[in-house]
Amino acid sequence: MNFISFLINGLSLGSIYAIIALGYTMVYGIAKMLNFAHGDVIMVGAFTVFWGVSMQGFDPFLSLLLSITICIILGVTIEFIAYRPLRGAASKLVVLITAIGVSYFLQNLALLIFGASTKSFTSIVPFGPVRLFDGQIIISSETLVTFAACLIIMTSLTLFIHKTKPGQAMLAVAEDKDAAQLMGINVNGTITLTFAIGSGLAAIAGVLLCSAYPVISPYTGAMPGIKAFIAAVFGGIGSIPGALIGGLLLGVIEILGRAYISTQLSDVIVFMVLIIVLLVKPTGLLGRKLQEKV
Amino acid sequence: MRERLAQIPKPMRENLITFGIVVVAFIVMQILISLNMLSHLMTGLLVPLCVYVIMAVSLNLTVGILGELSLGHAGFMCLGAFAGAFFTKVMENVITFSLFRFILAILIGALVAGVFGLLIGLPVLRFRGDYLAIVTLAFGEIIKNIINALFVGLDDKGFHFSLRDSLSLGMGEEGRVIINGAQGIVGMPRDSTFLIGTILVIITLFIVLNLINSRDGRAIMSIRDNLIASESVGIDVTRYKLMAFTISAALAGVAGVLYSHNLNSVQATPRNFGFNMSIMILVFVVLGGIGNIRGSIIAAVVLTVLPEVLRGISDQRMLIYSVILIVMMIFNWSPKVLEWREKHSLKEWLSRLRKRKAKV
Repeated sequence: MNFISFLINGLSLGSIYAIIALGYTMVYGIAKMLNFAHGDVIMVGAFTVFWGVSMQGFDPFLSLLLSITICIILGVTIEFIAYRPLRGAASKLVVLITAIGVSYFLQNLALLIFGASTKSFTSIVPFGPVRLFDGQIIISSETLVTFAACLIIMTSLTLFIHKTKPGQAMLAVAEDKDAAQLMGINVNGTITLTFAIGSGLAAIAGVLLCSAYPVISPYTGAMPGIKAFIAAVFGGIGSIPGALIGGLLLGVIEILGRAYISTQLSDVIVFMVLIIVLLVKPTGLLGRKLQEKV
Repeated sequence: MRERLAQIPKPMRENLITFGIVVVAFIVMQILISLNMLSHLMTGLLVPLCVYVIMAVSLNLTVGILGELSLGHAGFMCLGAFAGAFFTKVMENVITFSLFRFILAILIGALVAGVFGLLIGLPVLRFRGDYLAIVTLAFGEIIKNIINALFVGLDDKGFHFSLRDSLSLGMGEEGRVIINGAQGIVGMPRDSTFLIGTILVIITLFIVLNLINSRDGRAIMSIRDNLIASESVGIDVTRYKLMAFTISAALAGVAGVLYSHNLNSVQATPRNFGFNMSIMILVFVVLGGIGNIRGSIIAAVVLTVLPEVLRGISDQRMLIYSVILIVMMIFNWSPKVLEWREKHSLKEWLSRLRKRKAKV
């Protein structure tokens, strides 16, 4: 029974990774850049809800909406100020270093506003845990909400991309930016839309993460952000089902590793997964192989 | 004199200026110390300054000369710090001449970090760009986390290793724990001095600058500028990439030994060997100018000393660094900004002025 509850915990954490990984994988697929600041957008989303619920006494649902709005504005602003001017820069490193700068900026801004201490986060899920098999397996309400959120997000995002015009435009830009431009697709607008969706999802993931692990600090987003990127690479970067599979697998590996191998070394195990995946199958589980053109 | 100076080839002249800056800075500091004009705080900063300079120069070798972003540089520093400190603790009562022991510790720190740099570089350097950055980050965190969970003890039977706790080392009664998990290594002799630090900085500069101006260095830079072209003229890409990466790692190891011997105890915390340290060093490299060794030195010194002098803004310092980092990147690399700068540069302005005068 222990194993099953570990598995459920792993899948729950994995669902959060999957939602974060979506933001990475979409931005990487379309803008061809690693948005290092994505993890810190999660932190901003969680802090907004913390500010709303714990400090101002707003309704949790209202706070969540506020958080999503703020993160969307933040994501679009970051793209406009920091990344757009560097599109077409001579070196790919430039955008990555800028993204690291943005990540640091957000962390230190939160540090100045909220202080470095870890704060307890009140879960925004209103109902209690579910007990199965006479209480042998307890599934927390946060886990259930996380599963539901992950499922809804995955389905609606897949539908959005395949059935709507803006979604098709995203696919086209991901395929070939210049050709898409020639076909009359607004490339800059599409990239902005991608950042908006990714950041909105980051807000949801941040709130879910802090509800499940009820603490928050300016560094809350950094590690889950990196792990979600690993999940995105694991599943195949640029692929939405890949983000789901990669996220779930990584969550399960992390929780089982923590339970059965070592608590301290669980991060080591997760990073080892990244290295092994990249060495054995660099395109990830569902990724496509790209030939480098001369 | 001037003629003779002009005869020296330009790269060598540039290097001599860099060495000169370091030596002059050292002499000025020594004079200030002997005149008692340096605050206690500043004296305590001298060795860390040398550590950061070595870190920045060695990272610049990877980022600026090899052209690949490494986010795990602090991991190699951690390896060097612990390898050197481990040696010192084991040999504490065997080699009593502390300078000789320290020199050996430095060599061992460099060797261990270099060997790991080679081992990690072999698989990692197949990647480029974003992937390489994230994989080096992963390796840096793995190194830090494993050392943080590592227990090593020594008794009359030899070394004992464990990843669980000090009890499971299974040592005899005489045994002593040398690396004690998250508590690290305690009771270090503080062998690091400003003089040794400066000498190490000069040796680092000597190695890096000579490499850049050598045939090997030009091969490394050609890989940075165009991988496929350099491959097609017969440059062994893997070999040169590994060479730069390993040297960079070994030098980070040296910085680590210097760092750990400046403290009473050394622990692998996220603050000193984690991702944040790697980023801070990267900030030094970027602000000093990617590929500019002298710039790295100046940036490392200024950005370490400035926040200590301006105590009032120490809370905001990382915020300010991050803003400077973003602004610098856009100012130096954005295609539109570069175009604007070309149009409005001083040279352009002067030549326009001259043209107007000529018309009149």
